[in-house]
This record gives sequence, structure tokens and C-alpha cells, in this order.
Amino acid sequence: MKFSVVVFPGSNSDYDAFYAASRVVGEQAELVWHKDTDLKGADAVILPGGFAHGDYLRTGAIARFSPIMSAVRAFADRGGPVLGICNGFQVLLEAGLLPGAMVRNDRIKFVSKHVPVRVEQTDTPFTAACASKQVLNLPIAHGEGNYYAPPDVLDEIEKHRQVIFRYTNAAGAVGPESNPNGSLNSIAGICNRQRNVVGLMPHPERASELPLGSADGRVVLASVVKALAAQAPGPRSQVHV
Amino acid sequence: MTVIDSTVLERHGIKPDEYELIQKLMGREPNLLELGLFSVMWSEHCSYKSSRVHLKTLPTTGPRVVQGPGENAGAVDIGDGLCAVFKIESHNHPSFIEPYQGAATGVGGIIRDIFTMGARPIALLNALRFGSLDTPLARRIFEGVVAGIGGYGNSIGIPTVGGEIVFDEMYAGNPLVNVLCLGIAKRSDIIKGAAKGAGNPVYYVGAKTGRDGIHGATMASAEFDEKSAEKRPAVQVGDPFMEKLLMEACLEVMKTGAVVGIQDMGAAGFTCSTSEMGSRGGVGMSVDVTKVPQRETGMIPYEIMLSESQERMLLVVERGREHEVEAVFEKWDLHAVKVGEVTEGTRLKIHERGTLVGDVPNRALTDEAPVYRRPMKEPSWQKQVQQLSLADLGTAPSAQEAFDQLIAVPTIASKRWAYRQFDHTVGTNTIAQPGMSAAVVRVKDTKRALAISVDGNGRFCYLDPYHGAMLAVAEASRNVACAGGEPIGATNNLNFGNPERPEIMWQIGEAVRGIGDACKALGAPITGGNVSLYNETEGRAIYPTPVLGVVGILEDSSKTVTRTFKTDGSAVVLLGDNSGELGGSEYLATIHGKVAGKPPAIDLKREAALQALIIKLIRDGCIESAHDCSEGGLAIALAECTFDTGGLGVSADITAVPGDGLGVGDGPMGATFVINATLFGESASRIVVSTASRHLDAVVTAANAAGVPAREIGRVGGDHIRISVNGQTSVDVPVATAENAWATAIETRMQKKG
Repeated sequence: MKFSVVVFPGSNSDYDAFYAASRVVGEQAELVWHKDTDLKGADAVILPGGFAHGDYLRTGAIARFSPIMSAVRAFADRGGPVLGICNGFQVLLEAGLLPGAMVRNDRIKFVSKHVPVRVEQTDTPFTAACASKQVLNLPIAHGEGNYYAPPDVLDEIEKHRQVIFRYTNAAGAVGPESNPNGSLNSIAGICNRQRNVVGLMPHPERASELPLGSADGRVVLASVVKALAAQAPGPRSQVHV
Repeated sequence: MTVIDSTVLERHGIKPDEYELIQKLMGREPNLLELGLFSVMWSEHCSYKSSRVHLKTLPTTGPRVVQGPGENAGAVDIGDGLCAVFKIESHNHPSFIEPYQGAATGVGGIIRDIFTMGARPIALLNALRFGSLDTPLARRIFEGVVAGIGGYGNSIGIPTVGGEIVFDEMYAGNPLVNVLCLGIAKRSDIIKGAAKGAGNPVYYVGAKTGRDGIHGATMASAEFDEKSAEKRPAVQVGDPFMEKLLMEACLEVMKTGAVVGIQDMGAAGFTCSTSEMGSRGGVGMSVDVTKVPQRETGMIPYEIMLSESQERMLLVVERGREHEVEAVFEKWDLHAVKVGEVTEGTRLKIHERGTLVGDVPNRALTDEAPVYRRPMKEPSWQKQVQQLSLADLGTAPSAQEAFDQLIAVPTIASKRWAYRQFDHTVGTNTIAQPGMSAAVVRVKDTKRALAISVDGNGRFCYLDPYHGAMLAVAEASRNVACAGGEPIGATNNLNFGNPERPEIMWQIGEAVRGIGDACKALGAPITGGNVSLYNETEGRAIYPTPVLGVVGILEDSSKTVTRTFKTDGSAVVLLGDNSGELGGSEYLATIHGKVAGKPPAIDLKREAALQALIIKLIRDGCIESAHDCSEGGLAIALAECTFDTGGLGVSADITAVPGDGLGVGDGPMGATFVINATLFGESASRIVVSTASRHLDAVVTAANAAGVPAREIGRVGGDHIRISVNGQTSVDVPVATAENAWATAIETRMQKKG
């Protein structure tokens, strides 16, 4: 299969995602410039971390106007798996492909550390290879990762099992002391209603090899390989897991 | 036209004899614009006029050195056709005046130096000095500097992987912000900052030029006084997004092969880049300032030439290939503007709308800047501060009380409050997380890794600059060795007071001599660096603070070890001698409020043997952890080995150091001092390692063969830190208690209001 990793001018984890997809997971991968208009035959799309256009206005606010985003939207509408990591998650929120918004971390400062993240649902293309309630040790590195949605939207998200990752302690328990940024309901990652678009603040691509301190994140990209294999043969219309 | 009188000269920081030299080199009186050029280029910051004669004595060559001092950064060969490109640079003065932007633009400046060489930056480290965190001023500066470093490095996506932070009132009015950046380049891709080929176009690319930072280099070459806050407009404002675009675009444009030379516009901006590129290439350059993109209206040539606006680059492009270069910059939405061309001859000619407004031989600005052999004089107080009599200190606390205090001193305590604000995982190369002895980054597509450490001990250098500087080199190099890295190159940042004072100049001379001797002995040639002088406020200088950055190579990245104990039951071995030297120690400063004595003795042959040994042991896979003993001595080092392990404790018994050399006298207080000196003395050339029992013999045998003392002092295990001296329990504390005090000491202080 083939991953396409979108490169915005201020992306800084684009190569990390490319490296994890190609060198660690061992699939094809290509970097796609944000001014391009096609996704180069992608089977899965990654919007990487960084600060797409400087983000002086609001994280991800301008990136949604990049030419490539029309292709990403069309790909997502067709049911293609799209993963937004960190800034990529913020871009998906700004583009309306995922519900909710990001605000400044509750403790104001940028936070960079490894945190436990619990997999809430395994019926998305990016968690298909996870065990239910599996706890992953993943790095976070962001200043605006405080997930917010209005109460009614939040209720809908929970009701439709759209919360995919939650911050927990190492034992997998949710609590304020293990919420690094003030996110509502300790939300670290969500999916859309169709479950093919997933966004998360932690960086699985930076935790895909043991020498880097954790290889727990590898399962996220490996999941999509499994999900697509399960879906084949036939045209790619909807992701079934 | 402005008449150049003594007031004008003084405002430009130009001394009367320097003005005479300017007239001689020019063959006439300069106009105000030309005077401005000399002012910034001859500033201490740009010309190294006080330090140059000393820096020349440093060892700068070695089998791996590809680029020594004199370029934007140094480079050493790391095999497979690759080079490590690195340099350290200070942004001390701006960081006092405006902490966030001062630190942020310091990071931006050193990153540009690295990618200008054709290298992709992969790691940042910093060496920081602040006043006591018990003062609101120091807290404000610390907060701003840390946020600024993070704000810039995190955005651009270069991980900040390590560093060191020291808090001492001597830095209250002059914080130090030294930033090291390391990048990787193919050896064949390294590009230099030299202009060549008459007729080749000169391009300007990046942010527009504003009035910010005019005379920044001159400001950094003067002492602070009560009016320094008024110099705020001389601090630049950083834009990391612009820098990211510039970095990617420049790295891409270099691959076209159409770039002849490139240089960033840092200190002294457009003036420095044009004159240095011309000077290095032995050519002239003709530019028109009206073509320089400007973000303010009504700027005069003087302002355009002297602006230190950030994120700007100057490129010399091969004539006929302009379109290739322009296309790459267009891709990144950057506009590259032709501002002039390379000319025959050696003059920098500045035009305004075609009219010649400045005409200077470019070597007069660079190589022919004055070089001072300033008078040096050992301070009258030097011998006096080296006197130390423990008996005169009165009472000493128990070892337990001293341990409890030391573990929570900000200089010793965990720096996580700072490094958690730094993205250290971006780039997926970071093997050793921040907080270990050295930072370790892997080199992708090879088996290798690089270990990097920055170290300096101002207190030691104050007490004895020659030995203090040697100790700084030894510590940085030892930290690299403790991660398994074999030192291959070094960079230095010399932070001192006003060199016009003979006592300060003596400190500089002695420190450089110490660096040179240690670098030679430890096989770490200096490939570049930075000098920051005039770190004084109202006549009070900082401690002389040379900071050394050492880079080491591991042939097999999987072999690296960290400071943390790994296995219950493993043997704990001390490599090196414990001699109880308390001169200049953290113990003396924190517990007794005294900075005195001679810094620890150092025998460079023994240090080299120790480092070779630890590198071999790590390569052979004989040890599980290695940690250098520095601030707080052996007891603190042992405690640090238990932190970040999830509560794996240690039991150790240390042989008391001989009391007769300490001058402690007899009696019970003498005995307490002996114990404290044993536990908290900061003797050099010591490493604590842990090793599985089955490897213990091999470790001791290898140490004996290398002539390094090695003694098993205890075992990993339990959940306490238990240290006894000659069988008498001296420190006994649960790991969790000590670790909590250590981990939270800085954030507790930062939560204070004010």
C-alpha cells in the first residue's frame, strides 16, 4: 500500500511520518507538496505535525485553504483513511473534517513528554491492529492541544464512539493528573462519524522504534495496512474493519 | 553632512586610535555610513579584537576536521561521506533586555549558521546561566528565555535535546544564553561563505529589512548600566516560520549547484555578509541598498546596512543560472531579490539608487580590523580566594542534611521544568532523552550516533581560570564518553567581562590556554565558537565562564548507555579517585555560602585514560549505566543514577578520604567535614558505572590495564539511597522522597509570584 504525507511549508514532522511509514512499517510512502492537487495514488493520507503556515493566527487555520486540501477532502469523502497527527489534527479540525477545536494548553506552556494514551476504539483504520483499551506510550509536543467542543457536540462524539484515544495513567485510568493539556474528557484523538478520518495530538510516528524510547506508536500505521488488506479486493469505497 | 567628532565616535564605540586606523585604511575620512560599517564590524562581537591573539593558540586540526574556525560553523568527518556541522553561539545581552526574543533569535541565528553550511540541523543544546531563582528578576528572565528557546526551536522542528543550566547571583544582571546547533551534511555538499566570480549576481532572500537591531553587535560589545533597558529596540524579533521556509529553500537551492557562496545576515547584518563574503573570496562586491526589501519607509543606507533584522540570507549565484535559484525560492513563497554583483578588486561599494554612497576595502572591515594584545594582570584577589580552611567554616551539617539541601538546589535539581517546554522528539533521532549526561542523536541511514554535551563551571574558572577551563573541557568530553561517544570535535563559547580591564583579560588568556591544553590532550580540536565579552553590569563582571560543547561519535548507536541504573543487584563501581576536594564546590557554596579554594586538580593523562576506558567498556557491552561526578560530588551522582528508574535504589559504602589534607582539624566537627568531603567533594576524572556481576571482573581488569583506579562501592537495589562512609550510614533516604525533591525544586520556585 502507499502512504502520502502532505507537506505544508511549516510541517516539521513530515519526514518523520514518511520515515515511519516507509522505513519502519515498510510500505510505500511519498511526500506530497501542499500546492499539489492530487494525492499521487495514496491508499492512506497523513497530515503531519508542525506549524503548517506559521500558525500565528490559529493553528491550522490557513492550511485548510492549501490546494491539496480539496484532494484530501475528496479522498476522505470516498472513505479513504486520513490520519492527522498533532498539527495535522488541528488542520482537520479547522477544515471541518473532524468536530471540535483546539485551544491553548491549560497550563499555558508547551508540553513535550511521553504520556500514556489509551486506545478507546479499534474499529478505525488506524487502530485496527490495537487491542481494546491498549495503553500506548507516546510523545506529545504541543502548545495548543487542549481539545474543546461545545457540550452538545461532545455528547454526540461520545455517543457515536468517536473518541479514539484518551490520556490516562500508565494503568489506563483516566484522571485530571494524567491529562497533560486540559482536553475535555481527556480526549487525545477522535474520528469522524464515518470512522475513516482520525486525528490525534500524540505522535505515534515518533514512537515507532525502541531506540527512540518507545515503539508503541508503530501499531497506528500498521493498523491501516491491516485494515486495507482486510478490505481488499474490490474498489475502495468504504473502509470496513 | 554629519561631522565626525568625538561625540559621534563615542556613540559608535570607536576609540580615537581606531579612528586613526580607519582613516589610514581608507586613505581619507569616512562618511557617516562608512563609519557605521566600521563600528559594527570592528565591534568586539564581530572582530574578536581582544580575544583573537589568544584564540589563535587553540588546536584546530585533527584527522576528522573538515572545516575549522573562520566559517559559519565547523565540520568534522563522521564516516560514510558525512560530516557533523556544529557551532555554539551566545545571545547574552539581548536575553537580558528582552528574554523571549533575545533567546529566540539566538536560536534562530545559530540554526542559520548550520544550514548555511549545507547541513540539515538535527539537534539543539543550550548552556544557560541565571541569577538566583529566589529573585523575581531571575525568574522572569529564566521563564522568558526558556519560552523563547522553545518557541523558536519547537516551531521550526529542530529538537532541543540537552544542555545545562546553572543559577548563581553572579549572573543576575548578565544571564548567559549559549546555544549549540548540530547538523548533518554530505561532505561533498558543504558550501562556504565566500563570494567568487566577477559578474555573478548577489541575491538577498528572506525577511524584509527593518530598523530592528541596529547596532546590536555594538550593544553586545559594551557593559550594561542603568540605562540598558532603553536599548530594547536593539533586540531583534524572530519569525521561526520565515526561518523554516529559508532553511528548506536554502537546502533545496544548494542542491541545484548554482550557489557559489552563501551567508546568513546575523550580527552586523547586510554589512557583515557582504564584506565577509567578499573578503573570504578575495573579490569585491557592489550592492544597491534601494533594492533591499524594506518593511519600513524612509530607511537610509546607514540603517539598511546596519539593521539586524532576522531571517535574512545573502547568496552569490552562478551567472546564467538565476532562474534555477529563483524558482526554488518561489516554490517556498520567498522572493529572492538581486541586490548587486560580485566585482573585480576587493572593495565593497554601496549604492543608493545608483549613486555611490559608500566605498570601503572589504578587508579593512574584516581581516584588517584591529587586533589587541590587551594587557593582562592576575587579579590581586586571586591567590586570596584560593585559600580555604574548612576549620574556619565553623560547624558543618550532617551529611544527610547537606544531601537533602543539595539535591534540591536548582543547579543540581532536575531541569525538566525547562526541557519539557522543548520539543525533543521531533526528527526521530533522539536516543537519549534530555536529563542524561549527554544528548545522543542517531545518524539516520547509518549505524552511528553522535553524543553531545555542553559544560562549564564559572565558579572553578573564577578560582583558577586555567584549571577551570580545563575542567570544563574534561567534563564535556567525559559526559560524551559516558554515553559511549569518542570525542571528535569541540566548540567553545567564551563568556567574560570587560576585556579592557587587565584582570578580565588575564582570565580570558588563562582560560583559552586551559581549553587549548585540554582539547589537545583529549583529542577534541576546536572547530569554531563564539566570544561574548562585556558581560558586566555596573562594573561587576560575571564569573569567567567558558562553555565547551564537545561532539563524540559512536560507531554503533545501540551500544549507548545513560546515567540510570538498570538492574537490581548490579554492582556499582567507581572509576577514578575520590579525593574529597571541596574547593569551588556546590557543597561549599550552598551549605557554607562560600566560594573559595582551588578547583579540583586535573591530570589530563589520567582523564584521557579514564575516557578511553569508559568508551571501551561501553563498546564491549560490559556496563549498564555510566554517570560522571560533578556538582554535588559522588553522593549526588549516586542519587542521580537512581532517578528516572522507577525507584531502583542503591546501597554503597565509600572509603573516607584522608582528613589530613583537608585542614579540618581533629574532633567531631573534623570527622563530619571528612564525611562531607568524601560524599560531596568534586574531584575530577570520576565516573560511576553499574555492571552485571558477571562483567565485574572484566570491568576491573580493563580498568587496571588502563591504569584507572576502579573499586566496587555498592550494589543497585532496594528502594532507598543508602550511602555509608567507612561503614557508618551517612545518607539514607527513600528514592521517591529524594527524587521528588530533585524533580520539583525548580517548578516549586517558579510558582512563586512576583
